[in-house]
Amino acid sequence: MENVIQVNGLTMDFGGLRAVDSVDLYVKDKEIVALIGPNGAGKTTFFNCITGIYTPTKGDILVRSTKSQPVRINGFKPNRVTERGLARTFQNIRLFQNMTVLENAMIGKHCRLNAKILGALFRDKKTKAEELKAAQECWEILKKMGLENQCDELACNLPYGDQRKLEIARALATEPRLLLLDEPAAGMNPHETEELTHLIRKIRDEENIAILLIEHDMKLVMNLSERIYVMDHGQKIADGTPMDIRNNPEVIKAYLGEEIDA
Amino acid sequence: MDYFLELFFGGLTRGSIYALIALGYTMVYGIVQLINFAHGEIYMIGAFTALIVASVLTFYGVNTVAILILASIVAVIYSSAYGFTVEKIAYKPLRNAPRLSPLISAIGMSIFLQNYVLLAQTSDFLPFPRLIPQFHFMEPVSHIFSSAELVIVVTTMVAMVLLTLFIKFTNLGKAMRATAQDKTMALLIGIDVDRVISATFIIGSSLAALGGVLIASHIGQINFYIGFIAGIKAFTAAVLGGIGSIPGAVLGALILGWTESFATGYVSSDYEDVFAFALLVLILIFRPAGLLGKAETKKV
Amino acid sequence: MNEIIKSLKVAVWFMFLTFPIMVIKVNTVYHIIEWRWMNMAMIGIGTFLISLLWRYLLERKDKKKPSDGVTLSARAQAYVQSRPLVKKGLGLAVLAALTVIPSFADAYQVNILTVALMYVVLGLGLNIVVGLAGLLDLGYVAFYAVGAYTYALLNHSFGLSFWIVLPLGGFFACIFGILLGFPVLRLRGDYLAIVTLGFGEIIRLVLENWSEFSHGPSGIAGIDRPNFFGLDLTLNQMNGAIYYMMIAFTIVTIFFVARLQNSRIGRAWLALREDDIACQAMGVGRTRTKLMAFALGATWAGLMGVVFAAKTSFINPASFTFLESAIILSIVVLGGMGSIPGVILGALIMILLPEYMRAFSQYRMLIFGGAMVVMMVFRPQGLVSNFRRKYSFHGMDERLGG
Repeated sequence: MENVIQVNGLTMDFGGLRAVDSVDLYVKDKEIVALIGPNGAGKTTFFNCITGIYTPTKGDILVRSTKSQPVRINGFKPNRVTERGLARTFQNIRLFQNMTVLENAMIGKHCRLNAKILGALFRDKKTKAEELKAAQECWEILKKMGLENQCDELACNLPYGDQRKLEIARALATEPRLLLLDEPAAGMNPHETEELTHLIRKIRDEENIAILLIEHDMKLVMNLSERIYVMDHGQKIADGTPMDIRNNPEVIKAYLGEEIDA
Repeated sequence: MDYFLELFFGGLTRGSIYALIALGYTMVYGIVQLINFAHGEIYMIGAFTALIVASVLTFYGVNTVAILILASIVAVIYSSAYGFTVEKIAYKPLRNAPRLSPLISAIGMSIFLQNYVLLAQTSDFLPFPRLIPQFHFMEPVSHIFSSAELVIVVTTMVAMVLLTLFIKFTNLGKAMRATAQDKTMALLIGIDVDRVISATFIIGSSLAALGGVLIASHIGQINFYIGFIAGIKAFTAAVLGGIGSIPGAVLGALILGWTESFATGYVSSDYEDVFAFALLVLILIFRPAGLLGKAETKKV
Repeated sequence: MNEIIKSLKVAVWFMFLTFPIMVIKVNTVYHIIEWRWMNMAMIGIGTFLISLLWRYLLERKDKKKPSDGVTLSARAQAYVQSRPLVKKGLGLAVLAALTVIPSFADAYQVNILTVALMYVVLGLGLNIVVGLAGLLDLGYVAFYAVGAYTYALLNHSFGLSFWIVLPLGGFFACIFGILLGFPVLRLRGDYLAIVTLGFGEIIRLVLENWSEFSHGPSGIAGIDRPNFFGLDLTLNQMNGAIYYMMIAFTIVTIFFVARLQNSRIGRAWLALREDDIACQAMGVGRTRTKLMAFALGATWAGLMGVVFAAKTSFINPASFTFLESAIILSIVVLGGMGSIPGVILGALIMILLPEYMRAFSQYRMLIFGGAMVVMMVFRPQGLVSNFRRKYSFHGMDERLGG
């Protein structure tokens, strides 16, 4: 098995503050990996570094897309990162509120399409076919997420849980090799979380996509992930299987006060 | 050398006026993150009010110094009232709207106020009485520095010192600083944010009115359009210094004043306004955070 | 009752507020003071009524949730949108009406309509930038000026004809748009607005002062009117021809903007307007996409600039002030950002209404300004809100089946 992403010694400074301190991490093909840690541990900052929203101060982020040599993507713009096969969701939902559900997903397809201005103006056969195909593929993704009946609904009219799902659908539309989920279960009730667990597993099994997720819901993390990384104060304090993590004294210390109930 | 000094003091005077207006931009921006496009119009209304008051008082034969003081006071009161009202009508209902909405509303307000003065008064330039007392300095000095310039620079300095003391030491000033840092937090610890915002508009407008009176009596004429250019220049000053920063606004204003003064003096007076606009474009492109401002980190 | 007392207070406040400027009028030359007490009474009554209305509207706005706002206009719009035949019929009816107007209207009317159509096109062009991509461009008129001066100068110096310069004007404006857009488009929305404003003013001031190049404030006169198939037209016929040309221009513009809006690029613009960070994270190149919107908007302004120069045969820098940008912007804002019928409606209201209501024409800008504020407060989506397109594709049947 190959690593889809390999992060070596990633460091991010904001002024004098070191938010992420030389973190190593890798995710293999078709693996589900969780990144956990107390609030303010630097998990989201880590995500932002990988996805190009911040340029890391030090370290390497190597991404292997379908073939050949891994590419170092430090300092790539977010859209370039997405083109390389990384897609993400946001902790505080960032959908395009006044666009329809289908259009939201079609934005995800944007970087896989080629239509240029002239194509848009004259709407030739190729452009038409491309649009149709994109709409259809997006619809299939939405169907997988159980959103197919809300296709023409504006995103802002969706219930909260569905908005989270739409975020995932939109990320899937970019045809990623690695899906980064930032607290996908935040604000969901236990039933919805259960459903989401199945959904994430299904995505991995059917789509050949590796998943890296940040999550506070320990039940979901323990159920779903094959490996877990634990961060605290910007540093990686542990990694291993869910079993290892549960019994790791360092982790328990970091979470003191925040119980791990699995 | 004399010419250089003349330009230097000319620039200092200009800069002082820009500073008085720029403070309004920077304070409002610091607290509500809005470019108060109508701020230049507040300044223009201040100048017009002063002109009207001065004319009425001259008609009744009041003496010049009394006119200057009375006209300034009335102008300050009216400009603050306008600033307060503009905020209540055009910005307060939009506090949670997308960022461009209050800006468009502000542009609308600016156009409205310009045309309001145009229709109620006149589109012509009106001569403004020279209210600042003229006295003569000793021979070598009088070439390069006039009494009006001295009055403008000193008034501005006094206003700056008072403003700084106000913001540092009064409760309202502290509440302003708190609100500028974090509006939600300020609300949580019991600061009446609406009141703070109103106060900010009032203070900014008063300073602009003061600037309006001083420059009008220095230059000697006004019309309904003076607010637009002055507003953009003061905004340039605020951005140059780092918008949201009070010392930044003053620094930016002085730099802009000198740039204009020397550029028109040594290069060409045709392009007076182009220098300011070019400076504005260049700063925003190369250093949008300004000289004393902090770069924003985006939160995701 | 409470509301009435509050409104009375507001009225008194405004009477105080407008006292020096509305009531006193001084003539500093003859030292005459005029006291206009009537104005004060009018302000009092006017603001009292407006305040009542304002309160009522604000209250209604607060009560109404955004989702359940099925108004009459929205329903009418949904009706038209869902029936392509009705939509086409409406379009054809308007077109037919526009075509026959010159046969009974006088030259003056035709001229006003031509101007209105020019603003429709300008509004649609700016709509790409402001409405679709969400970039507030306050210097739009600069590109209009580039187009106009391109034709004026090339015609003046080299005798180039309208039809040759038309694409050139669009091209130069596009280049200007790219040159300006490239460094500034990464700025935040409100800074971008100010930079474009500054740029617009710089262009105007340069045109005013660089006399060797632009003939300064006196402008350029005697620009050739367009040549229509080599025909020798009288001035009236020429105006008619330009009018029909503008109709064609408008149709082409509507067609292009509609297609752009519903394309891959149009979608990306909308998404960028909604949330540019998320949009970039979904693989949309931010600078590139913004630049496209900016340059396309500029191109349209450039094309219209050429038409403007050819139509009036005289231009000077005074035609390209910030006010002009503000008028075009208010067309877009009033009509409805991102909505084609909205922008058309906006342009017609803004240009035709003041023409036909002469009594109001001096209050034109006052009303524009006020309308921009009122619009933002009560109906930020504009008169006609943007309607999202529904896609049809295979799997549709399945979807409808449940």
